Amino acid sequence: MKVLCVCGLGQGTSLILRMNVENVLSAMGVSADVEHTDVSTASGTAADYIITSQELAQSLEGHSARIIVVNNYFDNDEIKQKLEEAL
Amino acid sequence: MKFLEPPLIALDAEAASAEEAIRLAGALLTEAGAAEARYADAMVDSYRERGPYFVLAPSIALPHARAQDGVIEAAVSFVRLKEPVVFGHSANDPVQLVFALGGSDSGEHIALLRQLTTLLSSPAHLEQFKQAADVEAIQQIIRGNEQ
Repeated sequence: MKVLCVCGLGQGTSLILRMNVENVLSAMGVSADVEHTDVSTASGTAADYIITSQELAQSLEGHSARIIVVNNYFDNDEIKQKLEEAL
Repeated sequence: MKFLEPPLIALDAEAASAEEAIRLAGALLTEAGAAEARYADAMVDSYRERGPYFVLAPSIALPHARAQDGVIEAAVSFVRLKEPVVFGHSANDPVQLVFALGGSDSGEHIALLRQLTTLLSSPAHLEQFKQAADVEAIQQIIRGNEQ
């Protein structure tokens, strides 16, 4: 399973999201290949799931991955809930 | 690497707009010698082009640009706004706590982000950032997190 965490530049906020997504997935006992990248690279990258903000989700419409929107990147409960719904 | 050292912190600063708030946080990086003045411009440009996606949680923004936009040393600055301002985010407006990230291409960048993520993932710490009376109180939160 491949998961992309996506932000505007692919350097700061997507890495923060990735850290928390990895923590949550590992607590859920799910093994996954989690990467972080910017929104334009993500458009051309195959993945099973893309996790990003509402703001950027719109520019990823049409991607074959399932898009998961997270509002609070620091709230592991929200991330866990969204992942459980999606997986 | 400079992580929220006293010269990188401004409490109860006044900003009339998101751009002003980003510039205040950028100016702290520049004054501390961690970034060139153009880095603040790059953060503002990124906000204009890509929108407020970096408002990562209720009341918290993490503006940043690319390392090649003028970062001298990996650093994080912090501006607490006296009055919260609207960044235009669908879920997390208005913003009161602004942490500007000056990322580098090195492992230090990841260390900074990890430290910041740990700090901000704790609701108790967040409340302390909002309530701290002075810079020393902020330093205590950070030291407590490192232990």
